[in-house]
Amino acid sequence: MTDTQAVVLKDLKVGFGKVQVVDGVDLTLERGQAMALIGESGSGKSVTLRAILRLFPEGRSRITGTVAVSGRDVLGLSKRELADYRGREVSMIFQEPLLAFDPVYTVGQQITEAILRHEKVSKAEARARALALFERVRIPSPERRLDNFPHEMSGGMRQRAMIALALACRPQVLLADEPTTALDATVQIQILLLLRELQRDLGLSIILVTHDLGAAVEVADRISVMYAGHIVETGSARQIVRDPHHPYTIGLLRSRAEGAMDKGARLQTIPGSPPDLTNRPAGCPFAPRCFLAEERCRRERPPLGAVGDGHQAACWRAEEAAAAFRAGQARELACA
Amino acid sequence: MSVTTLSPSPALAQPLARAPIDARDRGGPAQPLLSVSGLQKHFPVRKGSGPKQVVRAVDGVDFETLKGETLGIVGESGCGKSTTAKLLMGLIERDAGEMLFDGEAVGSRALPWRAYRRQVQMVFQDSYASLNPRMTVEASIAFGPKVNGVPGRQAVERARALLARVGLEPKRFAGRYPHELSGGQRQRVNIARALALEPRLVLLDEAVSALDKSVEAQVLNLLLDLKAEFGLTYIFISHDLNVVRFISDRVMVMYLGRVSEIGPSDTVLAEPAHPYSHALLHAMPSLDPDNRTQEALLAGDPPNPIDPPSGCRFHPRCRLVAPVCSGTEPPLDPVGPAHRAACLARQPGSGHPDAPAVREAA
Repeated sequence: MTDTQAVVLKDLKVGFGKVQVVDGVDLTLERGQAMALIGESGSGKSVTLRAILRLFPEGRSRITGTVAVSGRDVLGLSKRELADYRGREVSMIFQEPLLAFDPVYTVGQQITEAILRHEKVSKAEARARALALFERVRIPSPERRLDNFPHEMSGGMRQRAMIALALACRPQVLLADEPTTALDATVQIQILLLLRELQRDLGLSIILVTHDLGAAVEVADRISVMYAGHIVETGSARQIVRDPHHPYTIGLLRSRAEGAMDKGARLQTIPGSPPDLTNRPAGCPFAPRCFLAEERCRRERPPLGAVGDGHQAACWRAEEAAAAFRAGQARELACA
Repeated sequence: MSVTTLSPSPALAQPLARAPIDARDRGGPAQPLLSVSGLQKHFPVRKGSGPKQVVRAVDGVDFETLKGETLGIVGESGCGKSTTAKLLMGLIERDAGEMLFDGEAVGSRALPWRAYRRQVQMVFQDSYASLNPRMTVEASIAFGPKVNGVPGRQAVERARALLARVGLEPKRFAGRYPHELSGGQRQRVNIARALALEPRLVLLDEAVSALDKSVEAQVLNLLLDLKAEFGLTYIFISHDLNVVRFISDRVMVMYLGRVSEIGPSDTVLAEPAHPYSHALLHAMPSLDPDNRTQEALLAGDPPNPIDPPSGCRFHPRCRLVAPVCSGTEPPLDPVGPAHRAACLARQPGSGHPDAPAVREAA
């Protein structure tokens, strides 16, 4: 691990009962970088994110592998150290801020509480910091809004307040779990732009979990695609969108409604549904739905291999897949 | 992979397939299937003492749905699109307004609600909440026909044929309960249930919004196939403009309980006439890493429908705002072929500086 790496996951496995939800994830987030984890529900993207904060109860979950944040081993932290670490070094924003806030305290109280827990400052100073944060995330009339209860705010404003709370103790890493899914498109773009601005101005490292490729492209420098508990492709946003090498990524790109040239034409879909994690198929987990699957894919699971500069894909037939995508693009251009 | 088998089943071809011209058709193809005028719904809000307030959820909506088309309805949350759907379905009572279904007033003696609802069905966003957890999916689908007088065995047969049609093998799925299905499978059941009464109009209220992208594409394809096969008309409500552009023939944009623009989807979603539609389009993520969105055209959240702004309801957030906008409520006037927009900047002689010049009698 070098100084420039904010988060390093090595062979991370998370299991609940009989289900292995995350099955060997390797991921490196550089300082100041924004990465998006995309995938369908059940792909393990949120579980991976929560494992970085160790948000799962010890008794009912199994976490193995390495989680290192700024060189510290997170899995080895004691209870006390963990409480210091959460919010101070890494903090998180959630999909539904109404559930993440405590409904019986004002938003201002909750932010000052977080500051007072981590730093030796006076109450007045903490309140001033909270006010500055509200201004930073551009909440209108911040002084008055600090004394609001969560239910008195609109959805977009609550998500801004959530971001203010997450930034209260100046963490290095911000984890965002579907932060805009519950919001209107017009509000979503405001929040995405705010995240991008905070990353640039504060040098934050961000991991954004989303199922929306569009939202990922708006914020992230790098994109990792997850499927059935594995990262199947990782690369720069440009590489993933323009030159995908994994058939699943290609399927995601093709099935988007805006890619359809003619109205009334059928969308290209990925057949079938995600695999049952309690009963994992041998070989590549995507093989039963893949348009390129061959005998080998059903036998052996492909490792994440380099297909370009900083671009990796876990597919035995990555080159064929990429060629098929390019051919499809050429056809579309010819038709247009 | 049972969910992808989409071959039409022979059992279904007989009882459900309908000739292109429906036996129930009255006014012919040129008559709109549903025309709505002055639709209005206000919800009272209780807030201690003080003046009585109402949420103007739907505040004077006029539109028509043509036979065989898909009409998309888009807008932010709180714009009244779901309330409109519920009013159309009669799930809540309208305060005012007229609804004509194929030329007959809904709720009149000629077309009582019960007869109307047989021809109009709805699919909701939450696939789980809209199914009875104690009924097998087969029983849920057969329930509507049974209530409407179809003999039990025939209703069950129809349910099984429909399950096969939406891509769920009846042998495997008919006896299952909703919690035993995935979200995409449940939404297929909801679609099958909506079709069980052989409706002419199907209201889809965010029907694909809760699904994963790959499953969403499968369900959209299914909806297209079913529409062609059964000669359906759709009203498709969604906040995802890309999906609406893909599936709709015409699009209606709503803002704070009013229609702000309506027209062919290629026009409205490519060259919108209303600044609000423009801002909505601009808010969609670009999917181009070299051309990311640089600024949000709309700041803040949608305003409160309890106390909508005077004049044009969009004027406080509008980039074309002029003094005249706060005083005059813009009518929904034509701006192009089959294309209407409620914006003073597009209407000749409105007093807005950007308005096109009034054409002399020509």
